Amino acid sequence: MKKIIKIMSIALVLVMMLAFFAGCKSDTNSGGTGETLIKIGGIGPTTGKAALYGQAVKNAMEIAVEEINAKDGNVKFEVKFEDDENDAEKSVNAYNILKDWGMQILCGTVTTTPCIAVSTVANNDSVFTLTPSASSTDVIGGYPDADGNMTIARKDTIYQMCFSDPNQGTASAQYIKEQNLGTKIAVIYNNSDAYSTGIYQKFQAEADKLGLEIVSVKTFTDDSDTDFTSQLTDAKNAEADLLFLPIYYTPASLILAQAKQMSYAPKFFGVDGMDGILSLENFDTSLAEGVMLLTPFTADATDELTVNFVTKYKDKYGDVPNQFAADAYDCIYALYNACVNQGITADMTAAQISEKLIAEFSSSDFTFSGLTGENMTWSTSGEVTKNPKGMVIQNGVYVGL
Amino acid sequence: MTFLSNLINGISLGSVYAIIALGYTMVYGIAKMLNFAHGDVIMVGAYASYCTMIYLGWHPLLSILFSIVVCTLLGVIIEAFAYKPLRRAGSLAVLITAIGVSYLLQNVALLIWGSTPKVFTSVVNFEPLSFFGGKLTITAESIVTVLACIVIMICLTLFTQKTKIGKAMRAVSEDKDAAELMGINVNTTISITFAVGSALAAVAGVLLCSSYPTLVPTTGSMPGIKAFTAAVFGGIGSIPGAMLGGILLGIIEIFSKSYISTSLSDAIVFAVLILVLLIKPTGILGKKITEKV
Repeated sequence: MKKIIKIMSIALVLVMMLAFFAGCKSDTNSGGTGETLIKIGGIGPTTGKAALYGQAVKNAMEIAVEEINAKDGNVKFEVKFEDDENDAEKSVNAYNILKDWGMQILCGTVTTTPCIAVSTVANNDSVFTLTPSASSTDVIGGYPDADGNMTIARKDTIYQMCFSDPNQGTASAQYIKEQNLGTKIAVIYNNSDAYSTGIYQKFQAEADKLGLEIVSVKTFTDDSDTDFTSQLTDAKNAEADLLFLPIYYTPASLILAQAKQMSYAPKFFGVDGMDGILSLENFDTSLAEGVMLLTPFTADATDELTVNFVTKYKDKYGDVPNQFAADAYDCIYALYNACVNQGITADMTAAQISEKLIAEFSSSDFTFSGLTGENMTWSTSGEVTKNPKGMVIQNGVYVGL
Repeated sequence: MTFLSNLINGISLGSVYAIIALGYTMVYGIAKMLNFAHGDVIMVGAYASYCTMIYLGWHPLLSILFSIVVCTLLGVIIEAFAYKPLRRAGSLAVLITAIGVSYLLQNVALLIWGSTPKVFTSVVNFEPLSFFGGKLTITAESIVTVLACIVIMICLTLFTQKTKIGKAMRAVSEDKDAAELMGINVNTTISITFAVGSALAAVAGVLLCSSYPTLVPTTGSMPGIKAFTAAVFGGIGSIPGAMLGGILLGIIEIFSKSYISTSLSDAIVFAVLILVLLIKPTGILGKKITEKV
């Protein structure tokens, strides 16, 4: 009996402590500047295979918000970032958590497959969403599929900061053609991933148009992303001199290693998902020597904005920011500019803010210059217009082409 | 030539499955339980080797030895805390516990090492063999894996056939109660089985990550499932069967990737498994056991 009383009293003390701390937290929120802050939610994978992207976006959002809140403006932000492990279901749960928190604008999600799910929910709820890096057209909707049918209607509140997949696929094919990088092209893509498949389809379409010869197209899935020997053997036997990899960096690093083991050395050409490969711990950067990728941001650019951002990021997180970080930083500033222009305040509802932001982003007067491009504009389709830059990895760093 | 290089790729992939399947089959054959956490013990083994090699700069061989010690201890601890209390419980309870242990290991690894992939440095550092002017290459890793597989298979067979502990293991596998009556300590025997199985997992982990160098907390799970399939394919409980099943599974996977479809390869692998089990329910080399009532 004594024991039970002892345990119960400990439990009671714990509950009281919990209530006390919970009380503290809500006090600081309402007592401080909490009421004048516009709540921005962020969602992305901070754990799991694509963790590098989520972390980068989270870090960059924090830097941007810190800078903005230090200014003497009327618009100030508060951010909360939730992990989704690059999983659609967990991502929608994260979205719901943020909604309960009182999110007014969503800056996310980071990866494509979860974003397709979350963007649909956010559109239904009229929450303005600017995704830093989810690039599929299924995220914004309103695009006909390969058969010309409109399967997903335009989600009016969703906008993108990164290139859409068609733009990346098309731009890659054009770039390869213009620079005459390869005569026989092989492709390995992940057909269980909307991002990878989307880029591949547009790449293929554009390559056909330009007369590029594609000699081998092989796929893999999330469950079979360790062994690429059969795909590489096919490419090697087809004598492909350029391997196009519209995939994320983790499988790409394995492809590079296995190609080397097979003594197969074509040119490797990636898209924005390849960014981050050099940050892999203990990665032999000589494997990535000469790998080319299309990306809108280079950390070694010398303009004031980039230098400032890169220095801050390095000081705070001890790492060189990648393109995802740059996209996220731009997202927060684009939202800031739009909020200032429209006079948005923290007491407005998510739906009111959404209406004003849509008006701002889709207007032709709204242009934004940031880390990832000059004079970016958006149309009602939600896609961004900006110029891609070609990059090549030399001696373990990204160098502009 | 394409056929040959596909065959070699298949054998390399299959040898990785085989080496994992050996551990699976060892534990199943003796303790009669599916240790779903085996794949995650492999992952821990790989991390142990990675950390000593990269952070402490140990020699690869020394790091493999260290990782064997870590995994053996881990295997014995898991067995003592999670499986021993359930010795008399139904097999379903043990199965669910094994799945629980698997998730526990994954999440603990996530806490310790984080989710960012680490790139494993191969412990094998001689040049790949090259034939026909570079058209056909056999990587050093796959040669070592195949050799390791054969050595382990022979050692395990000798161990279970010739040694006293090995004989006790076989006795426990045939009839736990009768073995106990004959003076065999069943608990100790099963603990030793786990120790051996987990030591194999360490070797498998190092070789898996040498061939496929990305190391994340979920590294062991998919190869673990494939290896389990291989063990069933070859006849679960049979040591040569695990090896044969693993190699065949690898070859089927690579061939279906090359000649049929890359996206359907997993479906084809499992369809073959179903076919084999329909025709020969105990697997290719499995023994037919008639249960007496």
